[in-house]
Amino acid sequence: MSDVVEKTLTALPGLLSLDSQTGAGKLSSSTKLGNLIRSITELTSKHEEEKLIQRELAAIKEQVSSPNTTMRQMREAMVRSVYCEMLGYEADCSYIHAIKLAQQGTGLDKRVGYLAVSLFLNENHELLLLLVNTVLKDLQSTNLIEVCMALTVVSQMFPKDMIPAILPLVEDKLTHPKEMVRRKAVLALYKFSLVAPTQVQHIHRRFRKALCDKDPGVMAASLHIYLQMIKESPEGYRDLAGSFVTILRQVVGGKLPVEFNYHSVPAPWLQIQLLRILALLGKDDQSTSELMYDVLDESLRRAEINHNITYAILFECVKAIYTIHPRADLLEKAAKCIGNFVLSPKINLKYLGLKALTYVVQQDANLALQHQMTIIECLDHSDLIIKRETLELLFRITNTQNVRVIVEKMLGFLRGCQDDYTIIDLLAKVAELAEKYAPDNHWFIETMNCVLSLGGTLMPPDIPSNFLRLLAEGSDSEEDDRQLRMFAVNSYVSLLNTNPTNLPQQYLQVISWVLGEYSHLIDDLSASLVIDLLVRLLDQPGLTSDTRSWVLSAVAKLSAGGSGAVGSEGPGPVQRVAQQHSSSLDTQLRQQALELQLLSQDPELHARVLPRGASWAGLEVDSSLSFLDGFVSEALAKGAAPYKPPHQRQEELRQEKALSLEPYGLSLPLSLSSCSIADRHSPTLLSISSGLSGHSTELSHRAGSGSLRLDGVRRVWGKDGYLAQREGPEEPSVPQETSIPAPPLSPQEGGALSPPSAEPSKEERDKQQLASSLFQGLSSHNSTCLMGKPEAPASQRFRKKHTTLGSTSSSSGSSHSGRDPSNHFLYSALSEESPASPLMLTQSSRAPPIRTETNGTHTQEEMPVPPAANGVAEVDDPEAPPSVMTANELPAPGVARWSSLMGGMEVVPLCPQTPPPIDSAQSSGEEDVTPEPHRELRDCPLTSDPIPPELRDLPRSEVTPLSSDQRLCVSCCRVQREEALVLLLLLSGASGPALLDVSLELQCHPLKVASLRGNAVERLPAQGVSVCWYTLLMEEPHTHVMVSGSVTYREEAGHTHTLDISTKLSLADFLRPLPLSTEEYGRLWLSISQDVKQNLQLLHPDTDPLHSSLTLLRDKLHLHIVDIIGSEGILACQLLKGAVCLLHCRVHGGALAVWLRSAVAGLPDCLLYHCQRVLHEH
Amino acid sequence: MIKAILIFNNHGKPRLSKFYEHYTEDTEQQIIRETFHLVSKRDENVCNFLEGGILIGGSDNKLIYRHYATLYFVFCVDSSESELGILDLIQVFVETLDKCFENVCELDLIFHVDKVHYILGEMVMGGMVLETNMNEIITQVDAQNKLEKSETFIFQSPRQDR
Repeated sequence: MSDVVEKTLTALPGLLSLDSQTGAGKLSSSTKLGNLIRSITELTSKHEEEKLIQRELAAIKEQVSSPNTTMRQMREAMVRSVYCEMLGYEADCSYIHAIKLAQQGTGLDKRVGYLAVSLFLNENHELLLLLVNTVLKDLQSTNLIEVCMALTVVSQMFPKDMIPAILPLVEDKLTHPKEMVRRKAVLALYKFSLVAPTQVQHIHRRFRKALCDKDPGVMAASLHIYLQMIKESPEGYRDLAGSFVTILRQVVGGKLPVEFNYHSVPAPWLQIQLLRILALLGKDDQSTSELMYDVLDESLRRAEINHNITYAILFECVKAIYTIHPRADLLEKAAKCIGNFVLSPKINLKYLGLKALTYVVQQDANLALQHQMTIIECLDHSDLIIKRETLELLFRITNTQNVRVIVEKMLGFLRGCQDDYTIIDLLAKVAELAEKYAPDNHWFIETMNCVLSLGGTLMPPDIPSNFLRLLAEGSDSEEDDRQLRMFAVNSYVSLLNTNPTNLPQQYLQVISWVLGEYSHLIDDLSASLVIDLLVRLLDQPGLTSDTRSWVLSAVAKLSAGGSGAVGSEGPGPVQRVAQQHSSSLDTQLRQQALELQLLSQDPELHARVLPRGASWAGLEVDSSLSFLDGFVSEALAKGAAPYKPPHQRQEELRQEKALSLEPYGLSLPLSLSSCSIADRHSPTLLSISSGLSGHSTELSHRAGSGSLRLDGVRRVWGKDGYLAQREGPEEPSVPQETSIPAPPLSPQEGGALSPPSAEPSKEERDKQQLASSLFQGLSSHNSTCLMGKPEAPASQRFRKKHTTLGSTSSSSGSSHSGRDPSNHFLYSALSEESPASPLMLTQSSRAPPIRTETNGTHTQEEMPVPPAANGVAEVDDPEAPPSVMTANELPAPGVARWSSLMGGMEVVPLCPQTPPPIDSAQSSGEEDVTPEPHRELRDCPLTSDPIPPELRDLPRSEVTPLSSDQRLCVSCCRVQREEALVLLLLLSGASGPALLDVSLELQCHPLKVASLRGNAVERLPAQGVSVCWYTLLMEEPHTHVMVSGSVTYREEAGHTHTLDISTKLSLADFLRPLPLSTEEYGRLWLSISQDVKQNLQLLHPDTDPLHSSLTLLRDKLHLHIVDIIGSEGILACQLLKGAVCLLHCRVHGGALAVWLRSAVAGLPDCLLYHCQRVLHEH
Repeated sequence: MIKAILIFNNHGKPRLSKFYEHYTEDTEQQIIRETFHLVSKRDENVCNFLEGGILIGGSDNKLIYRHYATLYFVFCVDSSESELGILDLIQVFVETLDKCFENVCELDLIFHVDKVHYILGEMVMGGMVLETNMNEIITQVDAQNKLEKSETFIFQSPRQDR
């Protein structure tokens, strides 16, 4: 009440002053905006508009800074500023006033202020700090609307560093009686978790509560969070799959209040979210997938009403079905659905159908065959987007047999395309297909020429460089290479003979390089002819100096044999060119010209510098840069610091975190020798493999598992595409027209399509011919796929059943049968006891006596939640929806429905996926507790194995003490799970009194914390052991990562202590053996390019040195020995589930020559460092 | 996530722009121009989805738009949104505007940019879809509009006290 009075009083002066000029103020202000808009629309030029707006902004500035401006005028000025900003003019003079308005205003003023702030500023803007206090105040306001406004602005932008300041307040709002506030709070928290993930880690538990909220709106909001988190790590949330399935089943079954219907479809957006979540959860996990088959089936069945939004649901359904572990009957239904999409006359649906086809075609190429005629029609569609999508689909089904046709289609599209983004995308695709599936040399060169000439300025630089590399490195067959190069030379000579203009620069560069390098291969082509052609290029206007330099070096290569010598008939073309450029302003060109002058006159020198036809592969690169030895030793003698490799430097830097007092070393030798030989190429083979092998690792995973997914799906189409279908009498036919769509629910037989007419028209025949060529070789054959081996399923973690807790176990037993009436009653019973949330129930029912202690430092979570958080009378809003009720009232219909809807899932917080091994005496509300192991632990905490049982079988390090004092000892153990490193921190109490509020915090940067458990313990009893799990991921390779942090705890007497801990994690902790066959290894080796070579020390140089060295490396670094042949050995490993690193070791002159390759830069370097150390230390 | 919501008319004049990610003022204007350029080229009988404006981000983002009389409503979203779902969300948005302004027309959007923003704020919060039920949105907006009345109430009562 006093609050209201206060507000009234503060508002008074402004309002009173407003009184005197209400009429006038209102009128003038409304016309001001009107005038502005009217005069803007009258303007004709951009320049005039600019002038007008500048004038307007000046007027606004004057108005807002005047002390006499009323709130109302201020509001109006803000709206005008917003308008100017929208037109792209900065109204920065109003920024501070917008903040002021939000701060000082009430009601409407505040609303305008907040709106203006959220439109003007961004989260990095310095003025935003001024808003923090206002937000804090409004979050605590009793006025619902103010709270909502604050939450909205917070989720739009908030300074990252200030999040901790408001986090508790926002968290509090999760238990707010109004659903709207809870909903906004959930989204605000979601935003925080995106902006500053580390700061909200501890509230993940609260998200579960939001998911269990009795209001479907709040639950729906929490799905945003879950979608994001599950996308990041599906493993952590598999236990929730059952709950999501239950929710979806009830939504689909129409159990939600009618308000959630949209065009009589129950909560479609909610369904879409849920289906996406399920797809993510079921991916690569059979048992989870099995949970959802029924509900997916039901969704498919229910989504019949012919409205746009039901198609959205169907589309998600189909995607989910194809993402999760396959089931034959569902796949068949989904395939039919896709058919309906593709054949639909509605263009949006056709687009989505093509998208779906693209998505599934790697698993089920037959589906594309079924719709081949439609696809061909889409190729000629008037809508570019549809066309592009079709090409994308074709790109996915390309193989050696249909590559010609498909590439031709793509090039055709490219010729008529205007959109830069599409062009870049398609260029890369064509180049990729050409490299992969080229049927012959001639075609390859032609295609690449097309790509190069079409690319123009948009050409991504890696396309020409890949092409040249391919030409240079060649394949296994020498004759083939020669052919290829000759084709290239011939095509360029004939191209230049036509005197083309406007060729793209990069194309010219390629041409000149090829001519310079390979024109000698063709006998009847004289060098002087080629030189003439090249020199003519130099005369073209608009040639960049870059291209000029390429041409010059080509000329230099060709100018051998004294062709450039000053002959009797005057200076030759080479001399002329050299002369011409020797005075160029570009220093590089000038240098080249001078070199050219010398080289062309001295055939001997030329032969030495530019030997003709020398193969690239034979080119010896002195990677140790030994020719610099003299320079280095000289520098060393002068007192320069010796060179250290980067990883060593990095480590030393880390060790000396303090200020470095040493003077800087000489940097010159460092920079010289650290330039790595980046272009040690990996030869990319021309046509490596046919079939649908993946185009990227992700795709190949898909393709690899595709073989699995096909069982049970009817194969109705033959291997040879369209034509073959006529052979079988029962075989289905092809759609003739899109206008004959399949009946929505027609059976699958016959491909749901009409039979082909007896005598197809010519046009039809053309199309069919095209179809047969497009879909050639397309069938469900399995492509060999290197990385395609299905990922080993992550360690299965089933829920453990708690038999000790009566009510819990009964509800967990029925967790999958949401419609069980007993559930309903269970829920009511639960809500009577503790309506706030089911989670609180666990706390209260199991709270040990220690809870009665009251301490000033109790954490937020322990604060008793008001028993009827949802029962607070709705004073603010008389129209409170019926879903708000006190716990003891009879549930209103909506609530009853909802509670039954939620009935299946309130067990969620009660069943942790794995019981964290924390002493049962702890009454922590955050941790669920398993009784048995703890009793054991309490008796003899140090003799028994402190490692949680589910981790005991995994490889792990010894338990090493990190830090300790009289009361607490912290030790750690690194457990190597396949997909992550689990860093277990064991907190063991001494024999003194129990410790309270033990909390542990680690800075793991640059590692990623995938999950975290047990980092806060309310009470650690004497000699008790608590285990904290950090599941860590290494995404970028590092040799070492220092992980440091601190443990804080409180004695019962009240003193708080801090214990600093730190430990070093090495790359080896994150390496996992990669089982490969020699063949796979070979292919992989060729496909990756980052490499490092070094000679290492050998072990036992006398007795089988290779074997013992490799075994040691294997044991210490978790490598997999693929094969040992003679004096060579190959090994493979993987950085967790990510980057692969291959090692090739050879005994050579008493040393171990190691050659490492990986797709990830830095990994070979880091691994090499560890190999070196392992061998050295031994 | 929704990255941006743009409304402009057939001539490319912006009528509302709301970005849920931070871009500089210049980039925002460029995005509006580019989007208009992309969208206005499209015929009436083509699909409502567009991929690949270079500015607003790579292949993950797409534009979903609807064209009503003189106005284009464009949502720029990433891959975590359903295309058809957003298409219907635009419909809900427009229907809500229609109800709030009673036969909404371009002029309403011009003169009441702030109100349009409030309505949008109840539908989409920080780039996330908050509410899709038209009646609920209108209820929330109305509740806020009542502030005006409460303000006059505060304004009057002290005077009566005197």
